[in-house]
Formats: sequence, C-alpha cells, structure tokens
Amino acid sequence: MQISKITEEQQIADMLDWALAGKHGLTIQGAGSKAGIGRPVTTEQGLDLSGLTGVEMYEPAELVMKAKAGTRVSEIQSLLRQSEQRLAFDPPDYGPLLGGAAEAGTLGGVFSCNLSGAARIKAGSARDHLLGVQGFTGRAQAFQTGSRVMKNVTGYDLCKLVAGSYGTLAIATSLTFKVLPRPEKTRTVLLYDVPLEKAQPLMNRGLSSVHDIAAAAWLPADIAATCDIEYIRGPGKSVLALKIEGPGPSAEFRCTAIREMFEGEGAQEELHGHNSESFWRFVSNASAFEGSERPLWKLSLPPANAVTVIAAIRDKAVEADYFLDWGGGLVWVQMPDGLADGGEGLVRGALDGAGHATLIRGSEALRGKIAPFQPQPTAIQKINARIKDGFDPENILNPGRMYAGEEMKASV
Amino acid sequence: MLMPKPNADVLAKRDALVEGLRRIISDPEGVIDDKDDLRAFECDGLSAYRQLPMIAVLPSTVREISDILKYCQAEGVNVVPRGAGTSLSGGALPLADGVLLGLGKFNKILEIDYDNRCIVAQPGVTNLAITDAVKADGFYYAPDPSSQIACSIGGNVAENSGGVHCLKYGLTTHNLLGIEMVTMDGEIVRLGGKHLDAEGYDLLGVMTGSEGLLGVITEVTVRILRSPEHISAQLIGFPSSEQAGDCVGKIIGAGIIPAGMEMMDRYAIHAAEEFCHAGYPLDVEALLIIELDGPEVEIAHYQTQIDAIAKDCGATVSRISETEEERMTFWAGRKAAFPAVGRISPDYMCMDGTIPRNQLPKVLKRMNELSKQYGLRVANVFHAGDGNLHPLILFDANNPGELEKCEAFGADILKLCVEVGGVLTGEHGVGIEKRDLMGEMFSEEDLKQQQRLKCAFDPDGRLNPGKVFPVLHRCAELGKMHVHNGELPFPDIPRF
Ligand SMILES: Cc1cc2nc3c(=O)[nH]c(=O)nc-3n(C[C@H](O)[C@H](O)[C@@H](O)COP(=O)(O)OP(=O)(O)OC[C@H]3O[C@@H](n4cnc5c(N)ncnc54)[C@H](O)[C@@H]3O)c2cc1C
Ligand SMILES: Cc1cc2nc3c(=O)[nH]c(=O)nc-3n(C[C@H](O)[C@H](O)[C@H](O)COP(=O)(O)OP(=O)(O)OC[C@H]3O[C@@H](n4cnc5c(N)ncnc54)[C@H](O)[C@@H]3O)c2cc1C
Repeated sequence: MQISKITEEQQIADMLDWALAGKHGLTIQGAGSKAGIGRPVTTEQGLDLSGLTGVEMYEPAELVMKAKAGTRVSEIQSLLRQSEQRLAFDPPDYGPLLGGAAEAGTLGGVFSCNLSGAARIKAGSARDHLLGVQGFTGRAQAFQTGSRVMKNVTGYDLCKLVAGSYGTLAIATSLTFKVLPRPEKTRTVLLYDVPLEKAQPLMNRGLSSVHDIAAAAWLPADIAATCDIEYIRGPGKSVLALKIEGPGPSAEFRCTAIREMFEGEGAQEELHGHNSESFWRFVSNASAFEGSERPLWKLSLPPANAVTVIAAIRDKAVEADYFLDWGGGLVWVQMPDGLADGGEGLVRGALDGAGHATLIRGSEALRGKIAPFQPQPTAIQKINARIKDGFDPENILNPGRMYAGEEMKASV
Repeated sequence: MLMPKPNADVLAKRDALVEGLRRIISDPEGVIDDKDDLRAFECDGLSAYRQLPMIAVLPSTVREISDILKYCQAEGVNVVPRGAGTSLSGGALPLADGVLLGLGKFNKILEIDYDNRCIVAQPGVTNLAITDAVKADGFYYAPDPSSQIACSIGGNVAENSGGVHCLKYGLTTHNLLGIEMVTMDGEIVRLGGKHLDAEGYDLLGVMTGSEGLLGVITEVTVRILRSPEHISAQLIGFPSSEQAGDCVGKIIGAGIIPAGMEMMDRYAIHAAEEFCHAGYPLDVEALLIIELDGPEVEIAHYQTQIDAIAKDCGATVSRISETEEERMTFWAGRKAAFPAVGRISPDYMCMDGTIPRNQLPKVLKRMNELSKQYGLRVANVFHAGDGNLHPLILFDANNPGELEKCEAFGADILKLCVEVGGVLTGEHGVGIEKRDLMGEMFSEEDLKQQQRLKCAFDPDGRLNPGKVFPVLHRCAELGKMHVHNGELPFPDIPRF
C-alpha cells in the first residue's frame, strides 16, 4: 500500500476526487495504532493523517478545545494538564496491547473508534464529549456538524455517527470536544479476595451508593499479578477497585465512608494519587494482556449478566483470561490459542443477545474470517447500509473495515 | 410559517383511511376523526401555530403502531408522532393531510432494574414519573426539563431534552441506554439495551434529538442515579449581568462543576418573585442560583470558594439555603419563570439559543438594543453553566402584526447566537420554529448530508415532514454524486 502523509485539508479533498473517479479504496489512518481492530482493509492507497496536527482553539473556562485530527492524544493531555483539566472519558491507549508503541494514538483515532476508559461509567464515552466535527465525506464533500457549545440540538447529531464509525463514513480533519477540570484528588479503595460471584453485586452496591464512585473494576488474582503496583500485585489475591475523585476533604471523606460500607467484605487497602492513576491506566489500557497475540475480546453487556457470561465462556474454554471493568458492564476476555474462530461463537453465544462483543486483537487471518464487530439484525443493517451509502456511496473509505461489502449494500 | 402543501389525493380518501385505521386499532375510540375531538391535538407548546390533523390515532400496542406505519406508508400518508405535546418548537404540530400518532396510552413503567441501575418505560410515561418510580429507594433520573410533570420520556428522547442539572449530569443522550422503535416501514428494532455504547453505527445517538423524523420510539431504557447525600442551593445577586457572567466563568475556571447554575435577569427576577414569592432580592440586575450536591464536606469546600469568587466579581447579595424547604423555594421561582412571565404578558415566545458563555455581555447588550428597536420587552432566564439562553419575548397576539414582529425579533436573537459562535437551539429543537433559520448555521451541503440520514431511515419522507429542514429534497436527488477528475493528486507529497 502507498501511504500519503497529509499535511493540509485540500490534499484530502483531491485524494477523494481521485479515489471517486477511479473507484479506488482508501485506508484512513491516524497513527495507525488501532489498524489491528476490525476487518483487514486492503487498498492500494492510504492516507496518513498524523501530520495534520495542532490545537486550533482552547478556552479552559469554556471547557472546550478544538484540534486537528492528527494531533496526538498524549499531547492534548499534557496541554490540558497545564490548566488542571483533562479528557474525562479516559481515552485508553491500546498501542502496546496491539503490539505498537505507547502514546502514539491521535485524536481522530480515539473519537472515530469511540474508545473510552474506566471512567466511562460516570463521565460518559468519547462520543459524549465530542461537540463538533469538520471533515470530508466519501462524496469528497467538505462537511461540518455540531458546534463548540455544550448544549446543541440543531439538526441531526452527525457527531454521534462519526464517533465509532472507524473511518468508514467520513474523514475527520478537526474535532471540537468538551474538556473538564481534573479532580484535585484521586483515591481508590481496594478489596482483596472478593470471589467473582460477589464482584458485580458488590460493585453495584458501591455504584448505587451516594459516594459517587468514578470507576469500578475487578481483577482475578492472575491478572492482578501482572500489575506493577505493589498494592495490586503483592497480596496475590483478586482485587476489587473503586475509584473516588474530588477536592481533598471530600475524597478523604468518601474513601472512609466506602471502606466502612464494605467492612467485613475482605481485607482493604487504598491507592493514592499517583498509584491510583497508574492503576486505572492499567485497567483502561487492558495492559494485563500486553505482550501476547492471543485473540482479545471486549464485551459490553448488562453488568448483572457478567458472572453468567464469564461462567459460560470458561465452561468451554477454561484457559480464557478475563477481568471486569465498568462495574461489570465491560468484560475483557483473552481467548486461548487454537480456536478456529478465535472464540467468536463462544463469546457471542454467551452474551445471548444482550450486549455486544468486539474483537480488539486478532491475527489478520482471523479478522478476515470472522466478524470482529457484532453482526447486526437485518433491519438495522439495512439502515446502516443506507447511512454508509449516504456518506460514502462508492465505498471508498476504509472499505470493509466494519462489515463485509455484501452486508453494506444499500439495496439489501 | 409555511407548511408543505396538503396532498389533495390524500385528503380525498380521508374516509377510507379512517376505515382502514379502524381495522388496525382494536379500541373503537382509538381513531379520532371528529373535528371537535381533533382540537385537542391542534398545537403543542408553541401555541402560536395551530393546525387540525386529518386524523388522530391512539394505539395501545407496538404491533398497532407498526401496522399503522406500514399502512400509512403504503397509502402515501404522512405521520406526526406526538408525546405529551409540550414541544416549544412546534415539533408535534399536526399536518392537514397527516395522521397524528399519539403515544399517550403508552404510559407504563415496564421494569425497574436496580441490578443494572436502569429503568425501562413506555414512551408516554412522564419524565417525573420515572424519578417517582425509584425515589423511595433513593434513586432518580437526572435530566429534569422544567416541563417534567407533563412531558413524556419518548418526547425527551426525540428532543434530547435537558434541564437545570445537565451541566453536571448530562442531557437525555447521556442518560439513555436503549430504545425500541418502529421505522416507517413498520419494522420494530431495538437499539442499545442495558449495556453501554453502540456497536456499529450509533443509531441510538442519532435517534436522540431526531424530532420524530426518523422513527417512532416505543420503549425507552434510561440509567438511574443514586440521589445525592446533600443538596444545597445558593442565591447570588449582582449589580450587572456582566459581573454575574464573569462569576460563572470563574467558578468553572476554578474547576468547580456545580449540579446546576442558573441565571435570571431583572425582568425575570421580578416576574418570578411576584408570582411565587421565592424571596429573590429585587435590587439586583442579575441573580445566580447555584446548586451543589454531594457530601457536606464537599459542598462546604466549594461554597467557600464560590463565595470568594462571587465577592471578587462584585456580588452584593449571597444566601445559602438553610433547609430543604428553602432550597425548593429558591428553585420555585426559576422553575415557574415561564408561567410567571406568562402572567404579566398576554403572550410570550420562549427562545432557546446557546452561546459560548464569554459572549454573554455582548449578546445581552445587543438583545436590549433589539428590544428597543422592536418595541417588545424581553425577560431572560439562562442555563448559565452551559451557555443556554432562554429569552422570553413578551407580546400580544391580539395586536395585529405583533406576532410577526415577535418572530422577527426571535430570529434576530438566534442569528446573533450563531454569529457569536453559538447555535440556534440548545434543547427545544428546531421543529417549525427555527426551520427556516437552519441556513444560518449550516451550508446547503451540510443540510443535505443531514437529510441523507433521514433518507436512511425514512426514504419516502413520510415521518413528520415540514419540520427541521427548510427545503425538502427527494432522496434520489440527494443520492446523486458529481465526480471531478481522475488524476492521482500531489505526486510530490511523501508516500511510503
Ligand atoms: C503513612 C503513609 C501511608 C501510605 N499509604 C498508602 C496507601 O495506602 N496507598 C498508596 O497508594 N500510597 C500510600 N502512601 C504513599 C503516599 O500516599 C504517596 O506516595 C503520596 O505521595 C501520594 O501523593 P498524592 O499527591 O497523591 O497525595 P495523596 O494521596 O492525596 O495524599 C496526601 C497526603 O497524605 C499522605 N498520606 C497518604 N496516605 C496516607 C495514609 N494512609 N496515612 C497517612 N497519611 C497518608 C501522603 O503522604 C500525602 O502527604 C502512604 C504514605 C504514608 C506516609
Ligand atoms: C413550560 C415548559 C418548560 C419546558 N422546559 C424545558 C426544559 O427545561 N428543557 C427542555 O429540554 N425542554 C423543555 N420544554 C420543552 C418540552 O417539554 C420538551 O421538548 C419535551 O421533551 C417534549 O416532550 P413531549 O412528550 O411533550 O413531546 P411532544 O411535544 O409531543 O413532541 C416533541 C417532538 O418529539 C416527537 N416525538 C414525541 N414522542 C415521540 C416518540 N415516542 N417517538 C418519536 N417521536 C416522538 C414529536 O414528533 C415532536 O417532534 C419545556 C416546555 C414547556 C411547555
């Protein structure tokens, strides 16, 4: 594949004209850090947007920033930090998980894939923070949607479609998004040795309490053992973790209150500022599964189903590794090698229609063979196909990345 | 306000359509064709515009909705969904040649699921009833439009409604987990559920705020939150709106996101005070109501900071609610601001633009000038935290030409919002009210791209036509594409 490094918007417009005229597919990438998610895209020509960089507007008191799509997320984060602000949805960094470098991910990539970390349950998802998009559709038309203000219901919210469409509907060139204050303090309460069966009910109890828990995860002992924070790895037990944020006195108060609430549910510890932050990065980035090439699935499901879903998977594949985030609403499952479908049948069967499973890591062969994204019912796929047709009628943008061509024919 | 021309062929077969719909709906009262009975549906909350529907139907099952839509699709008849009819943008305004689909009978809560912290309800359930269903157990549903005793949860999804607490807790879209909906061809589909995030394209995200143009929402799943431990409200008065606006910016700049932060101008303060004796100071030009929630230590911590900031910005009055009763009184005035203004003027029109907060002084100044120019008074209530303005223009529809003057004034305000970097509507929707202003914010091509989304759901354009888009393009026309040249551009940009 030939890859052209884009440095200005006009080059994209011209590339699109060329692609449309000759019906050439284009692979759209930011830093390419997430190229391993989805069906393999094979085009002769690629567009690398990582050179389209720069913060165009940042007004801390208005809680808003606008930046070019190729700007690195890590760069945005350090800029925000200078004003004691952050991206509240905890953008994860899957670079190392997918065998690449850390901190390479671009803004366009994180929003196009709608990736959110552990904070998602309280702070919302990436798409919830996306206020406006400028870019090009597959019609080679410049377009914009949304705005720079927090509340906007003017016309259809096409930002929602751009987020999570993996570059199959439009090429975003600039994104406007909401930023939020960094909490003064972060604490994490740890409960050791809670068994899986009790993990989700206990997290639910915490999340149903008045203590405004910002994130909730549970790691089995073998997963906890891969974390380099002593409080997590040391005891050799499973770890249930509840995150609290706020100004000093309130974080302190909540931490104590939560510990009292869970008195008698196992040994307790707490993580403070720095440890707490690096622990939640470990969870959000699924770092426990780095350094392997085994198929890795991300399951979004009703939290109360987590235990039965895991039981159903482990019943057939006892070597499957897993942990819970989002209070049980997110289950990461790393499948053993040697399953012809990478565990697709098992994982989707276990969900039984409630929720969805995405293959986050898998060999190219596997990704070409199975459906990395949850297949949709026919009636929905029909709408999806028409949406794709409206944005990208010649199917030139990341062709086949989410769904195979036949599924995306508008005439279906 | 021009609506699409009624289709004479459809009007001519009205009796046959009534018959056809009677065969679908089991309840004999469920098809309304009597003129007097149809009056009940002739307008929504934007009562300046009225239109009798051709027929109204009140189905009671999802199957009936599906059959009605299929039937109307086949007969080439337009359909307007209606929840509680509180829309302030005319979204539920009937069409002379259309079937009005009322969802009032879908008024049951289907499931309260504490294990997954969510509630499943039919679309006609009121916003407040959702909170009421879980209140005794210490939970609530966060988005709280001022119309919450009346508006339906289905309407909230269709409008992506907000409320005074959406600064901290988000709009409908941030609290919505799933829906069941029926497309115009009668297909019943589920989007989302009790889990988070869409797989594939985010259809749930675009359905939210779709103003009844994409599908009929027949079931809603929303997340519920635990009610905060303590809540406290604070009234802060300023000698000028600029100072109040400055204070809002500095509070947020200091890293504080209050649960709610509302602002009222002198006119609104006086109207509200007269209406419900909330104890508002009357010698100030602008009043902030700031609500904080959480543990007492946190509230106290923030209140100390806020007090210092307010003083610094020139506040002349500051009062913290001592009791829950007093807190409710602080809010009573704000929540009743619309009816309060309604009492002192024969008619009023509520506008709904959003602006970047720092543009507030400029916008208020210009609005005062416009008020003088048009000779119409305006009162301002303002979701200050997120920049959402609600100017209330006072007029008297009985004075010839005054409605048109009010419309022109309103349009000027909204154009001003766009001019300073804001938007036409923050939470009330485009409907018919702002339809013709869409070109102020979007290029022709951007509007076409939005309509292509409409085509994906409703290719024949049968659902709620005449709303949102100033020009209706046919889907076939929108699908066409013009191809430019075929040369591979930029041989000089690096390739690898
Ligand atoms: C006695 C003591 C206990 C500690 N226990 C933990 C622990 O359980 N988990 C952990 O991750 N780190 C613990 N630490 C390490 C320490 O909190 C971090 O290294 C600290 O530097 C984090 O800084 P911060 O800015 O995040 O402050 P914060 O975490 O917000 O802490 C603020 C202050 O409180 C002090 N402090 C933190 N924890 C305790 C405690 N349990 N008892 C008394 N004072 C404390 C810190 O030294 C710091 O000065 C402990 C340190 C001390 C001195
Ligand atoms: C006094 C007052 C105060 C208000 N305060 C606020 C406020 O604070 N914040 C705010 O956001 N709004 C506010 N509103 C506006 C209004 O209440 C909201 O827009 C509300 O969500 C409309 O709900 P409804 O059930 O009345 O919908 P309707 O008015 O019946 O319909 C509104 C739109 O939604 C569509 N629709 C309704 N139900 C469905 C369905 N089931 N499926 C598909 N489409 C459907 C209709 O076609 C129409 O386009 C206020 C209104 C009034 C009168």
